[in-house]
Amino acid sequence: MIESHLSLLLVVIPLMAAPVTAVLPNGRLPWLFATIIAWTCFALAIWQFSLVAGGNVISYELGGWAPPWGIEYRIDIVNAFVALIVSGIAAITLPYALLSVEKEIPSKQLSLFYATFLLCLDGLLGITLTGDIFNLFVFLEISSLSSYVLISMGRHRRALTASFQYLIMGTIGATFFLIGVGLMYAETGSLNMADLSTRLPAILEHRTVHTAFAFIVVGVALKLAMFPLHVWLPNAYTYAPSAITVFLAATATKVAIYIMIRVVYTVFSTGFAQDTPTNDMFLILGIFGVLFASVYAIYQRDAKRLLAYSSVAQIGYMVLGIGFASAMGLMATTLHIFNHALMKGALFMAVGALVYRVGSSRIEDISGLGRQMPWTFAAIFIAGLSLIGVPGTAGFISKWYLVLAALEQGAWLIAIVILLGSLLAVIYLWKLVEALFFREATEPDGPIKEAPLLMLIPTWILVLANIYFGFNTELTISAAKTASAVLGQVTP
Amino acid sequence: MSDQWLLALAMLLPVAGALGISLTGRWPNLRESITLVTAAAVGVVVINLYLRLQQGASITLKIAEPLPGLPVYFEIEPLGMLFALVAGLLWLVTSIYAIGYMRGHHETNQTRFYAMFAIAIGSAMGTAFAGNLFTLFLFYEILTISTYPLVAHAGTPEAKRGARTYLGILLGTSIGLQLFAILITYSITGTLDFREGGIVKDHLDPAWAGLLYALFIFGIGKAAVMPFHRWLPAAMVAPTPVSALLHAVAVVKAGVFTVLKVTLYIFGTDFITESGANDWIIWFAGATILLASLVAMTKDNLKARLAYSTVSQLSYIVLGATLATQSGILGGSLHIAMHAFAKITLFFAAGAILVAAHKTEISDMGGLGRAMPITFGAFLIGSLSIIGLPPFGGMWSKWYLGMGTIATGQWLLLGVLLISSLLNIAYLLPIPIRGFFGKAADGTTYSEIKEAPVSCLIAMIVTSLACLVLFFYPDPFYALASQAAGVK
Repeated sequence: MIESHLSLLLVVIPLMAAPVTAVLPNGRLPWLFATIIAWTCFALAIWQFSLVAGGNVISYELGGWAPPWGIEYRIDIVNAFVALIVSGIAAITLPYALLSVEKEIPSKQLSLFYATFLLCLDGLLGITLTGDIFNLFVFLEISSLSSYVLISMGRHRRALTASFQYLIMGTIGATFFLIGVGLMYAETGSLNMADLSTRLPAILEHRTVHTAFAFIVVGVALKLAMFPLHVWLPNAYTYAPSAITVFLAATATKVAIYIMIRVVYTVFSTGFAQDTPTNDMFLILGIFGVLFASVYAIYQRDAKRLLAYSSVAQIGYMVLGIGFASAMGLMATTLHIFNHALMKGALFMAVGALVYRVGSSRIEDISGLGRQMPWTFAAIFIAGLSLIGVPGTAGFISKWYLVLAALEQGAWLIAIVILLGSLLAVIYLWKLVEALFFREATEPDGPIKEAPLLMLIPTWILVLANIYFGFNTELTISAAKTASAVLGQVTP
Repeated sequence: MSDQWLLALAMLLPVAGALGISLTGRWPNLRESITLVTAAAVGVVVINLYLRLQQGASITLKIAEPLPGLPVYFEIEPLGMLFALVAGLLWLVTSIYAIGYMRGHHETNQTRFYAMFAIAIGSAMGTAFAGNLFTLFLFYEILTISTYPLVAHAGTPEAKRGARTYLGILLGTSIGLQLFAILITYSITGTLDFREGGIVKDHLDPAWAGLLYALFIFGIGKAAVMPFHRWLPAAMVAPTPVSALLHAVAVVKAGVFTVLKVTLYIFGTDFITESGANDWIIWFAGATILLASLVAMTKDNLKARLAYSTVSQLSYIVLGATLATQSGILGGSLHIAMHAFAKITLFFAAGAILVAAHKTEISDMGGLGRAMPITFGAFLIGSLSIIGLPPFGGMWSKWYLGMGTIATGQWLLLGVLLISSLLNIAYLLPIPIRGFFGKAADGTTYSEIKEAPVSCLIAMIVTSLACLVLFFYPDPFYALASQAAGVK
């Protein structure tokens, strides 16, 4: 019974839980409720993943309306994998959130905060699970609107402008996406992605289809913060509440990457992206993203901002993987979606713990904290190694495949750029490490205590996951391999 | 099964020791006992492994498979055994020395020091026993990262700057060049196994071989081939035991060891000779030998002079590898051991002078030898071994390296080796001579200065005697080196 409605439950449970959370009295109850919901979703997502791990496809007809007329939820290994990441990160973020949210959010907004968080989770899960492109747009808006609200709740006043900036950019992106969807609907009369993929090949020459494709790609590129459409991201990540930064950095852009993969590979065929300059654009912007964002990161004076720019660079890697249009490249991107969620989640959590203790993430304010908070520092150090891509960490695995994908196509220059990106990561992370460990504390007013256990444990679960998935890659590599096969029929 | 445990123990014992050390930081005597016991145990383990290898046992261990076809895999073979034997045996000696030094010099953060030291040794063991290039690279990087806190130990701006150079160059070359070379190798051959005769032979256009080989040689920054040698002098800000064991033995030898491994088992000496991959890279090694010796002569700071001397000596081994002949490989491998014993003696002496007399500059050491005869005597023996004079072990490796240059008709390189020996005399011997026969600039007679702490003296005497013994009895190392080089 549950199994047949699994995919629907993943979307319905948080959606129904959100208003309930909103009416719960402020205090710890909304948090507890939201946490239970998130863990339930995680459990369901694991179950769902186990069903499709072999390469099966689950098709769920919403309300019994057969596709392509009704809305279809179509689960293959790709979206099951992304849903697993999203719900897993939500489940690990919420326990972490309790203390830092109590400190950063006014107590009378707590139930609203957790309600919005669940809505955001719901939107992201909905995007991954639905097989209907208009439905996808609806979930995109649910997740976006709720994330604007969440970001604006940051305690710094600039959170408001950051949120507004994201709102404008995000809305432009969503509008572009919708225009593209509308044009496709006008051409084909269908909104079902699987159906679209069978109808589109016949009319790929049409100028309308080209226009639709362009609108959709640019719209999604805005949402995934592809260089140079990334300007909203650093502010949003810097000023959002710590827990929200963790959640959004680990999931939101990854889901947007998923949309991009889905649109380029499933809805339009790979050949289409190759005939148009799309792939070249991905490669060029990916290269620029990796290089420029990494260099920007070096010059940041705020730890959260530094990591935000590093995220833009990491997105550049994923975009490169899409641009290669090869099985290996897709595999690298899928792997990096997972691995980057682990490393950035851990890093933002650890920085959030610093913010919890000193109330700021500016590098001069957190100087010297490494000696007072050794566990938090060690977490930043290890997750940082993973971000650099040192062997023995998860980050190494995805970089390995990405470089192999580049070499496979004889793209020497891109392979060098990827390694250069790692070197730049060494520089900006070492700046952080040195400030934390070797610089004197600026305000020596009393010793600062180690972060509370409730924050340390989730952080270290992610840190250890970074090492675990650096050695045992059975799950990630087989999932990524099947995913690239399913997306597939990728011409080498 | 027990053999596999022995292999695992070689790597796990130091890590367990590090754990014990960090837990017992409050009781220095207990903490130092743990260091000594662990070091002794590791010594016993590597000797046992050596004996098992000589009995013809083949010991392998596979623990995980992060990438399909690229397991974390360990295997005992002669070259790695040689390196592990040197590092394992010298760890015990260095630990004895370190206790005297660290206490005599009143260093801070000693718990962190001993713990990171143990981890560094553990990763050196992992490097030595790595059964494929992927595993080797993994431990190579761990070694870099675990030694960083040791270099930055003092926490002064100077130490931080040195440590930044250290990490920047080592990580930079390993990720930017070495990893790139590894990826290229994997993408053309589909494997990273170490195989007799190399793996790239049938896959790589000989025209590109030189470039790939250069990516490896320069990418292995720990081998300190110029222009990527700056990290080694920078690392001298570390406490002397670190300079002695890690920056004269474990870390730098991990570098040249990797060069030898890549030469033997990734390229294969035959392929290198046929494709001419070594045509121009060999001159970088030759130039490094001479230039580093010349720079060493200009350094008045004793540790800096020794550091440049190490840079020069490392390129002897790189030269041996890039000659790609049997006697070249034999001499290079042998030099790993011979240089280790000699150079560690020199560093021990330098540290002893610092602890006992608080002197770092050579020009201040006039007449000091009469106050510290054992220290300067050990320094003299170490110097003679580095120069390559009989009756000291250093002679053998230079002998075979020279044979290697003759076998390939590289007369110019033979000249380089000979000139370098003369330069060694010029920058090393004045130090003990000045110590014994010179006078202090201000006329003091150092009557108040005594020898360094006893544990420092013991360590120096052991290693300098080893230099002597290795001339008459180089057997274990010679046997391993000749097996690695394939001499019947």
